[in-house]
Amino acid sequence: MSAPNKSYDPVEVEALKPEEIERMRDEALAAFAAADSLDALQEAKVAHTGGTSPLALANREIGALPPHAKAEAGKRVGQARGAVNKALAARQAELEAERDARVLVEEAVDVTLPYDRVPAGARHPLTTLSERIEDIFVAMGYEVAEGPEAEAEWFNFDALNIGPDHPARGEADTFFVQGPGGGSESGVVLRTHTSPVQIRSLLDRELPVYVICPGRVYRTDELDATHTPVFHQVELLAVDEGLTMADLKGTLDHMVQSLFGEGMKTRLRPNFFPFTEPSAEMDMLCYVCKGESVGNPDRPCRTCSSEGWIELGGCGMVNPRVLTACGVDPEKYSGFAFGFGIERMLMFRHNVEDMRDMVEGDVRFTRPFGMEI
Amino acid sequence: MRVPLSWLREYVDLPATETGRDVQAKLISAGLEVETVEHLGADLKGPLVVGQVLTIEELEGFKKPIRFCTVDVGQANGTGEPQEIVCGARNFAVGDKVVVVLPGATLPGGFSISARKTYGKVSHGMICSSDELGMGDDGTHGIIVLPPETEVGRDAIELLELVDEVLDIAVTANRGDCLSIRGVARETAIAYGLPLRDPALLDVPGPNAFGYPVKIADPIGCDRFTARTVTGLSPEARSPIWLQRRLQKVGMRPISLAVDVTNYVMMELGQPLHAYDRGLVQGTIGVRRAEEGEKIVTLDGVTRTLHAEDLVITDDRGPIGLAGVMGGANTEIADHDDLENATSDVVIEAAHFDQVSIARTARRHKLSSEASRRFERGVDPQAAAAAAQRTVDLLVLLAGGTAEAGVTEISAPSAPRTITVPADHPDKVAGVTYGRETVVRRLQEVGCDVYGQDELIVTVPSWRPDLTDPNDLAEEVIRLEGYENLPSTLPRPPAGRGLTSRQRLHRRAGRALAGAGYVEALNYPFISEQVFDQLGLDADDPARRVVRLVNPLSDEEPVLRTSLLPGLLGALRRNDGRGSHDLALFETGLVFHPRDEQRVAANLPVDRRPGDEDLAGLNAALPDQPRHAAVVLAGAREQAGWWGKGRPADWADAVEAARTVAREAGAELTVRKGQYGPWHPGRCAELVVTVDGEDRIVGHAGELHPRVLKALGLPARTCAMELDLDTVQRAGDGIPQAPGISTFPVATQDVALVVDAFVPAADVEAALREGAGELLESIRLFDVYDNAEQLGEGRKSLAYALRFRAADRTLTVDEASAARDAAVALAGERTGAVLRS
Repeated sequence: MSAPNKSYDPVEVEALKPEEIERMRDEALAAFAAADSLDALQEAKVAHTGGTSPLALANREIGALPPHAKAEAGKRVGQARGAVNKALAARQAELEAERDARVLVEEAVDVTLPYDRVPAGARHPLTTLSERIEDIFVAMGYEVAEGPEAEAEWFNFDALNIGPDHPARGEADTFFVQGPGGGSESGVVLRTHTSPVQIRSLLDRELPVYVICPGRVYRTDELDATHTPVFHQVELLAVDEGLTMADLKGTLDHMVQSLFGEGMKTRLRPNFFPFTEPSAEMDMLCYVCKGESVGNPDRPCRTCSSEGWIELGGCGMVNPRVLTACGVDPEKYSGFAFGFGIERMLMFRHNVEDMRDMVEGDVRFTRPFGMEI
Repeated sequence: MRVPLSWLREYVDLPATETGRDVQAKLISAGLEVETVEHLGADLKGPLVVGQVLTIEELEGFKKPIRFCTVDVGQANGTGEPQEIVCGARNFAVGDKVVVVLPGATLPGGFSISARKTYGKVSHGMICSSDELGMGDDGTHGIIVLPPETEVGRDAIELLELVDEVLDIAVTANRGDCLSIRGVARETAIAYGLPLRDPALLDVPGPNAFGYPVKIADPIGCDRFTARTVTGLSPEARSPIWLQRRLQKVGMRPISLAVDVTNYVMMELGQPLHAYDRGLVQGTIGVRRAEEGEKIVTLDGVTRTLHAEDLVITDDRGPIGLAGVMGGANTEIADHDDLENATSDVVIEAAHFDQVSIARTARRHKLSSEASRRFERGVDPQAAAAAAQRTVDLLVLLAGGTAEAGVTEISAPSAPRTITVPADHPDKVAGVTYGRETVVRRLQEVGCDVYGQDELIVTVPSWRPDLTDPNDLAEEVIRLEGYENLPSTLPRPPAGRGLTSRQRLHRRAGRALAGAGYVEALNYPFISEQVFDQLGLDADDPARRVVRLVNPLSDEEPVLRTSLLPGLLGALRRNDGRGSHDLALFETGLVFHPRDEQRVAANLPVDRRPGDEDLAGLNAALPDQPRHAAVVLAGAREQAGWWGKGRPADWADAVEAARTVAREAGAELTVRKGQYGPWHPGRCAELVVTVDGEDRIVGHAGELHPRVLKALGLPARTCAMELDLDTVQRAGDGIPQAPGISTFPVATQDVALVVDAFVPAADVEAALREGAGELLESIRLFDVYDNAEQLGEGRKSLAYALRFRAADRTLTVDEASAARDAAVALAGERTGAVLRS
């Protein structure tokens, strides 16, 4: 590298002549335009804008000019270098865009490839359906109450006005737990319904009581397409001042509307249960045919067997004797309760045809239900 | 209870157009569960007529005996000529009156009759059996032979009442009154607002001193006993067709006139009756409790050993009947086939027995009869005399008997039950304003006497023993006013507190495991004790202490689970057998452990709230029932695919499942090297949490022992985790606290430490953490390396990335290095770790 020229040698400033600078600029522009790749452009960049490029060298000569010529030459060189840099940037952008377009095409994948690296898990539909029902009532202010599955007979039967001679208390219906020393008397059974949780709630909680009691229950049925010895129930209990059967009806209507949509309703039919009085069987309007299959053989309904209604379970006003056994004054308080089987609802809500599918734990059955239903 | 519509119409003048379906709808809405309406003879079409057999020619040479008959059917065939008919039955003779179906007719089941060639003859119709006419079993197993006085040529469809509708009603346990035509007729009359002709309203002579002698030793078990005697029954007398047909329609088999009549009256009035052959009864009829071990042969031929609580009917010899359940064989009415010993005199018993006593006896002897079903549910005690009278009347009418004037009637004094109830009580129960007038009218309709204004004094009818409480009366009013007319209102519960933390954890654990690829399986809690051996549990393992069932469904699985693994592993094996090999299953559920001190759960009173101590005693008698969570894995945890290789499920997945659950609980889980029954001794983690400052082992995770896999037939390398979810919940922090986030730069330092192979990485990490002090932001083990050539035999290298950061400044290299050196120094001190050179 030469040091700044102090001699003002007129021969050495040949490079700063306007036509020379124009030539240098045009050569640079031509070289950029001719570069057909980013690599070629890089070479041209070094050749025409680098430290040893003609324009850079010319720039260095400016200092050698007499003061009056410096400004003009500086301006000429600056303009030329500006034009060259701009062209370089433009060509750079152009070539990069071309490259990107090409590379992104090359990088394309088949986005339809399946991906089951870790197959999804799922919760059992009996669990999620039960929770769905619980949540309807939790949103209304009810609380979820639970209790033991091996339960004292007093909670499971006596306190519910099911006397010692009631047929349901036989070994033909109820699992009995062995007592001390292997004796048959323990006073403990596998609960036959979730109703003992009602008793526990009335004993443990302050009035008024509004609870929903989900859980597993047991009866001595052999497993077949429509029976299982271990099944799930949801029961509801409300005890407050001035509760009526109309409140029971409204609560049931609200539940089926929440689960099955607007316009759904329930129907009560008189029945008998020891723990409620009055008692009723509850049906819901068939959510598939809305009752239109009744007497209409052209449009039969599989879900309700063209009955128009689907049996849900039992309900009624809490028998005042039950309140008394729990120390609740039946003169002041009244209550209603209902209960039904989750398996049954799962069957008709989700077209499960065989009870065994729900108990065998086959992943092919459970997976499609995912996390919520 | 099967109720023929034709019989019902006898007591209620239903509109002629009313069909069985119409009546069904009315009764359902009033509370009787009419399950089906059977349309008898729906597709039956005549001609079906009475004929008389003129000639019988036995046809030879066929596999079974065949008869070629000529039958006089009067003018029913249009010609008056004898009808030629081929018949395979043999229980008839020349001169017998039979039922003949002629060509052109259709029998039940759409069976069209035409003249057809058979056994070398042309048969112009058929001689019919009761089966072919859809009449049910008449006990003959052959064709119907009609009484000789039956008129030839008469239409048999009408004669045999073949067209009818039968309602089948599932009667609830409280409505014994509806196990009779009388009771159902009463409900029908109320439902239609029509008057009832009560068949129990009969003229009954008063009791006198010369009836059959009866002595009641137990007036609580038997509070009423009526005995009547009918003599001179004709041995040839048979039940008339109408009576047989009604019995058949309600589902009973005609047997003999005296028995048929008692059954008929029971169906009509709901009062079980018994007829004794008076010639076989010796001396006074008594009612008493049995002596323990006493024996009786009941009508079904079974010898029964009696219990001291069983109520029996006796004569001078001993028991002659199991009261209210079944009669004894030794005083049975003789069959018609034995004309010589035929019963000519009978004693009719119409008694009322204690509901509970009968129910217990029926259950004890596993003997449910039409009589016991009624007594268990409640029989109208006031109907006994009428029922006895009705039986006497029918025997006199149909068997040519003579009613003796003696009437025995013993009854314990009783007063009708009254209930006092506010007139607006039904309104308050229903949430509807019915008004006093409606309430009184409805109660009167069901047979109550009602007095009073605001406070009603209600006397309930003798046939409704189920009406005992004010709410029972409310139900009567509400059901008759129609449950379907109840309005729909919503109560306003007080503000609730949402789910408890235990409930939320239960849900979150399930969601988290499902999110990690596990599929929930809900298994039965019934297991065999053999599974404990298969799982390799020690002989004194606490999990072997089980709660046992008295009456398990299967003797193979008589105990309740103490672990979720048997059920889950069963589900895993089932899935594997069905072709799903890459499996990850989970379950959350209760397990059952007996208490150390076992006791019987007492029977507490129900007329008041039991004391807190009594209630605590009940709970102390229950098994301990904690909720567990468990997973099992087999096959690939990650599938192979276009992305590359898969990865088999291993012990680390099982341990991670425990961490997943603990994370949801907000509990700090310590994983230690463990050794426990079902698990591979070198691949078992012990799971520990701290509850109230105390370390608690809550479960185990890892790969299962190869011996367990073999014993249970499980896939190779099956892994499992089980923990006590309730204890993990108790270890959880209440409210998660936000960490301080420093925005100063991070200083990263990697260290590779060499330790003996048996040193747990968890110990090394814990020492590094502690040694590094509070500048340490995070630590991550990123490599484990065990090359013997480089490290020496039995050594391993653990490579950690340490990230340091201060809350208030940029750390200098020296600060970070100093912290790292302190960490390494402590690890060296605690675990013998040395920096890898």
